[in-house]
Amino acid sequence: MSLELVKSALARARRRGACAADAVLVESDARDVRVRGDEIEFVTQERSRTLGLRAFVKAPDGLRVAITSTSDLAEATALQLVDDTVELAGATAPDPCAGLPDGGFASEVPDLELIRPAERDVPLEARIADARRAEAAARDLDPRVTNSQGSDASSSFARVAFGNSEGFFGEYETALHSLVSMPVASENGAMQTDWWVSAARSLAALEEPGAVGRRAAERALRRLGSRRVKTCKVPVIFEAITARSLLSHLAGCVTGGALYRKASFLCGRLGERIASERVTVVDDGRRRGGLGSRPFDGEGLPTRRTVVLERGVLRSWLLDGYSARKLGLSSTGNASRSPGSAPGAGATNLWLEPGDSSLEEMIAGTERGLLVTWLFGPGFNAVTGDFSRGAAGLWIEDGHIAFPVHELTIAGNLGEMLAGIDAVGREVEWLGSVAAPPLRIASLTVAGD
Amino acid sequence: MSDVPAPLRLVRERYGLAPSDLEAVLGSALARGAEYADVFLERTTQDSVALEDGLVKSGDRHVAQGVGVRAQVGERQGYAHTNEVTLESLRLAAGAARTIAEGGAAGRSVAIRASGRPEQDLYPLATAPTDVPVAEKIELLSAIDAYARSRDPRVAQVMASVVAQQRLVVVAGSDGSFASDVQPLVRVNVQVIAEDGRGRREAAYQGGGGRVELAVFLDPARWRPLVDEAVRLAVLNLSALPCPAGTMDVVLAPGWSGVLLHEAVGHGLEGDFNRKGTSAFAGRIGERVAAPGVTVVDDGTLPGRRGSLNVDDEGQPTRRNVLIEDGVLVGYLQDRLNARLMGVAPTGNGRRESYAHLPLPRMTNTFMLGGEDDPEEIVRSVDRGLYAANFGGGQVDITSGKFVFSVSEAYRIEGGRLGAPVKGASLIGSGPEVLTRVRRIGADLQLDQGVGTCGKEGQSVPVGVGLPTLLVADLIVGGTE
Repeated sequence: MSLELVKSALARARRRGACAADAVLVESDARDVRVRGDEIEFVTQERSRTLGLRAFVKAPDGLRVAITSTSDLAEATALQLVDDTVELAGATAPDPCAGLPDGGFASEVPDLELIRPAERDVPLEARIADARRAEAAARDLDPRVTNSQGSDASSSFARVAFGNSEGFFGEYETALHSLVSMPVASENGAMQTDWWVSAARSLAALEEPGAVGRRAAERALRRLGSRRVKTCKVPVIFEAITARSLLSHLAGCVTGGALYRKASFLCGRLGERIASERVTVVDDGRRRGGLGSRPFDGEGLPTRRTVVLERGVLRSWLLDGYSARKLGLSSTGNASRSPGSAPGAGATNLWLEPGDSSLEEMIAGTERGLLVTWLFGPGFNAVTGDFSRGAAGLWIEDGHIAFPVHELTIAGNLGEMLAGIDAVGREVEWLGSVAAPPLRIASLTVAGD
Repeated sequence: MSDVPAPLRLVRERYGLAPSDLEAVLGSALARGAEYADVFLERTTQDSVALEDGLVKSGDRHVAQGVGVRAQVGERQGYAHTNEVTLESLRLAAGAARTIAEGGAAGRSVAIRASGRPEQDLYPLATAPTDVPVAEKIELLSAIDAYARSRDPRVAQVMASVVAQQRLVVVAGSDGSFASDVQPLVRVNVQVIAEDGRGRREAAYQGGGGRVELAVFLDPARWRPLVDEAVRLAVLNLSALPCPAGTMDVVLAPGWSGVLLHEAVGHGLEGDFNRKGTSAFAGRIGERVAAPGVTVVDDGTLPGRRGSLNVDDEGQPTRRNVLIEDGVLVGYLQDRLNARLMGVAPTGNGRRESYAHLPLPRMTNTFMLGGEDDPEEIVRSVDRGLYAANFGGGQVDITSGKFVFSVSEAYRIEGGRLGAPVKGASLIGSGPEVLTRVRRIGADLQLDQGVGTCGKEGQSVPVGVGLPTLLVADLIVGGTE
């Protein structure tokens, strides 16, 4: 059924004059619930279907392209969309690099354990119970947990059908289950919040709900009594949860779009050492049960494992078909695609390989410094690598956690930060599709009083 | 042209739904004892054309339609939505939404008061932005590219886009309310990357937009200043020095710096956080939260502005809401649910990204009224500090009240004069405290250019901000030096 719609859209695009096209149909259903205190705050249920189409029209010096999508799948609207796509493509400028990938489409659709079909029927009541347990565990941990922004449980399912005019067709299903808890702790009239999340492709792989609530509450509680710090330069340790934020910034600097536009500080540095040799970064679209996994990418190419940084040396970019042609390279199977947007290069499952320290050892080995547990604000410039973000965390004195701190910023340059990593933790924490172990950077500017 | 508003024609002609069908769906949503129910229907068309490398490489068109049925009882909300708009799918959605209520099956009847046309018309347009021929947009982008490259030889890359949106919404409530609106939105984006030939690169962004005719932005008098500014900023930052770190007096330039208000106090004054007591501003109505002279307003009724709406996404007319008056907290921003639970009137701030989301109390156009000080005199009054001229985005932790926002153009102030440009940095502060440290308020209130987007609980909505030149004592500047 889904593939039929993809096939008929492609056939009509060809009849209307497109020389090539690809199309994707995503059908999803989802349920979300939030419990706050003893009360259900909301229950939502969703069903959606969206068709996305990319059509190319031949010109003497390249191809012209347009991208369209619709969630109105009434036949007349869908047909009109195909016609509009081809017409719109005719209005754009020919681009010598535009086009479908030059073959090499996925020859199989491996089972990456992205769904357990039996869990499709998970009752809403079961997820409400999960959220209640997380909420109760957070509240029961300590009397200073006085309020909550709620605990949310969500289960969503999607079927992706993709095809192109070269005859590649593929389909796969995914599931995403999550539980997040956001308690509020208070003491002496000051409030602090924090959160913890567990997300997985199967319900069985989720952390126990009580553990999610307790961990969130512990995080909020330890922020009580936060002080400001004096401006200084000190070693800064990132917990796994904040280290992954640095890795996300790096991801944006090694993906195709930023490179051919020269909007990355890493342009032209392939093969160079750009980070401490403790740093190895891998992207793998076929990690079993990975939240960024997919059997083929948004252009039908097989996903794969790509070593981005090997012992600090920049080994590969993450590319889709277009950015690869612009750079004179080959796609790495990293095209990401949703019906409502053009394919673009993006990381799949991206992680920093574990090292040999524990977080405790890093803290013990730091005479005076900062453990960052919370990062917020935009504050990263991919073109220059300049980094300056709001933060909160725990102050370290004589190798011990001394007191919580907040209302501070940390600033540096991502290139210098990567080079300055002098310890890498043993445990990679998977909270999403980007993951890292704890990291320590030898020196960063902390701004405060 | 018929007298029936376009969204209502859509409901009747495209989807074959009569008002009596909506009444039946609402009655069904109330059947287990819900106190309130509504139906929200949306159809949004968005077109965009983008240029890079001197070529208009791609055109996009996206059509999103869907409908959702919501039921409320106490603090609970049930919501079900689908992009299949039929009576059958609406009935199913009503059945799913009402499961949050636990009463018996008692039929309820709902009578819609036929009006459907908003009382105000803040964006009367002759031509929908999505109806402007693509050729005109392409011509604009090519002109922007040529002009940007002609401004400075260091311009290495120009990326520009024109985005046009037309959003049709219909909201029917179980209290008989019935509203519809057609919401146009346009935006022109210009990003420039400059290179100094010695390996240093800097990017700068400028944009403009609003609920106005796209033709407004086809006029060189409107788009050239955006390009001039993007080129000037990118080139300026090529020679910017590292930014100082630490606590200092900061002068904020007028306009987009209103993002400080949005983050520092705006979110903290949204009704949901205050009803639940999770905001640092909870329970503080009537208290002094800002220096005398500080008046902060959220106004959804400014003609043609990006954050303006004839009606919010719950069908309530938008209003001008004073939040802080002469330094004293006087009001919160409310949607229907939180207004009912707090025993106050809705303020026309119930907004949602799309039919696929529940409404939340959200800002519209949020700004501080101008004061009496001369902006130049404000700078002269600072011995040592930072002048923050251009800004990126920001974020707030509403519970602790800490907010952060990033600066994309800044200068040291030394002895009352602007010194060397310094690289962008984040500014961090405490929302409930920062406005108490406002020392001077300029007479030069400016609203932003119409590019703001606000995120909350994963939902993005267009907003506006504004600020006069402002001197704030003791803000933390997150530089490296």
